[in-house]
Amino acid sequence: MATITFSGTAYSCHADETVLEALIRQGAEPPSSCRSGSCQTCMMRAVEGTPPPDSQKGLKPTLQHRGFFLACICRTTTDMQVALAGNEALPKVLVTVISKTQLNPQTLRLRLQPASPFEFQAGQFINLHRPDGLIRSYSIASLPSEGVVELHVELLPNGQMSQWLHDQINPGDQFNIDGAHGDCFYLGEKPQQNMLLIGTGSGLAPLWGIARAALEQGHQGEIHLFHGSRSAERLYLVDELNALTRQHSNFHYTPCLSGNDSQGFTAGRANEVALKQFPKLNGWSVYLCGHPEMVNNTKRDCFLAGAGFQEIYADPFTISGQ
Amino acid sequence: MTQSLYEKIGGEAAVDAAVDLFYRKVLADTRINQFFTSTDMVRQHAKQKAFLTMALGGPHSYTGKDMRAAHAHLVVNGLNDSHFDAVMEHLGATLTELGVPAELIGQAAAIAESTRKDVLGR
Repeated sequence: MATITFSGTAYSCHADETVLEALIRQGAEPPSSCRSGSCQTCMMRAVEGTPPPDSQKGLKPTLQHRGFFLACICRTTTDMQVALAGNEALPKVLVTVISKTQLNPQTLRLRLQPASPFEFQAGQFINLHRPDGLIRSYSIASLPSEGVVELHVELLPNGQMSQWLHDQINPGDQFNIDGAHGDCFYLGEKPQQNMLLIGTGSGLAPLWGIARAALEQGHQGEIHLFHGSRSAERLYLVDELNALTRQHSNFHYTPCLSGNDSQGFTAGRANEVALKQFPKLNGWSVYLCGHPEMVNNTKRDCFLAGAGFQEIYADPFTISGQ
Repeated sequence: MTQSLYEKIGGEAAVDAAVDLFYRKVLADTRINQFFTSTDMVRQHAKQKAFLTMALGGPHSYTGKDMRAAHAHLVVNGLNDSHFDAVMEHLGATLTELGVPAELIGQAAAIAESTRKDVLGR
């Protein structure tokens, strides 16, 4: 018999029942629907313990890697602490700002030093906690091997957090982050696969991390990164990305400008330019980040262009109404 | 013991192979894709998998009442026989593309067809 801890309560789970059945038998009410491992309504994450591989069938490889599983098909003999997907509280970690530089007039590069070990993959995101309780999400641009957490913070009109970070925060200041969250990262299981990376604005941050993580791990397939912006002043890391194309023959970078004057860069929206160049994406992996509408439309377009559903990774930005 | 339809078709591996093909056809079909405009593609993709599992005779616990409740908001928005027919067409085309024998496709189609009244709320 295994003990399953869910929402702070311990439940017994017998060998002949699933985790979902055990929880319901004892009065917990986790959501469920098909109860056969396909609809994913009952998806949970093992915060402690390892779920059996059988209970992770059909989930994205990056979700499997992070301990997500389907409660309705999970039979286990080992104890686990579990939480509903999306509700897993991750501990806060105190970080110190070690540098603050401008990537372009709107975008800050903040490098943060965690006070205690902080596990992440390039491309995941963190929640940043302002001392008064305001919370916003930012993608991680750095690699785990760099030992710091790097964020690209775009100044938004009326953006409470971005204005605070731009105007008030200085090297030496401290605040809390929690994470890392999200399944948009490089796993390295298919080194020959071609990769398409499309980002707008500071959506470049996770892609800059993912591309370098892939190259660091010796990825052999082609890696095509398209970065979109309205004007040349809003592009950033252009020199660094061009340098990366010189160092790695399989890395390709296409900055795209959607404004009226393309100023010598590729004209058009990054997602449209990318799909025009690569109309068939069978066998590719795709990473998308930036404006929610761009991400959602491009996710659909890449799927229709042949990319496997489980090979499309995306973290749309959520822009707070306040 | 005779094999079930689900086993004959290839079980979960067959459903995994079918789900992307099927969902791609549905999303690209202008007759029905207005019912799939929700941005949560992950949830939708999982629902297509649940539907295919059921149509292929696999394990599921959906009742007629569940099917009715799940589609009621679509019926209000005009879901009718022509849309159901389009989905049936994509189911057949997907299985044909995967090389499933016609006889088994017929059995899967019959299972899917049996949900018509509940899906359309009649």
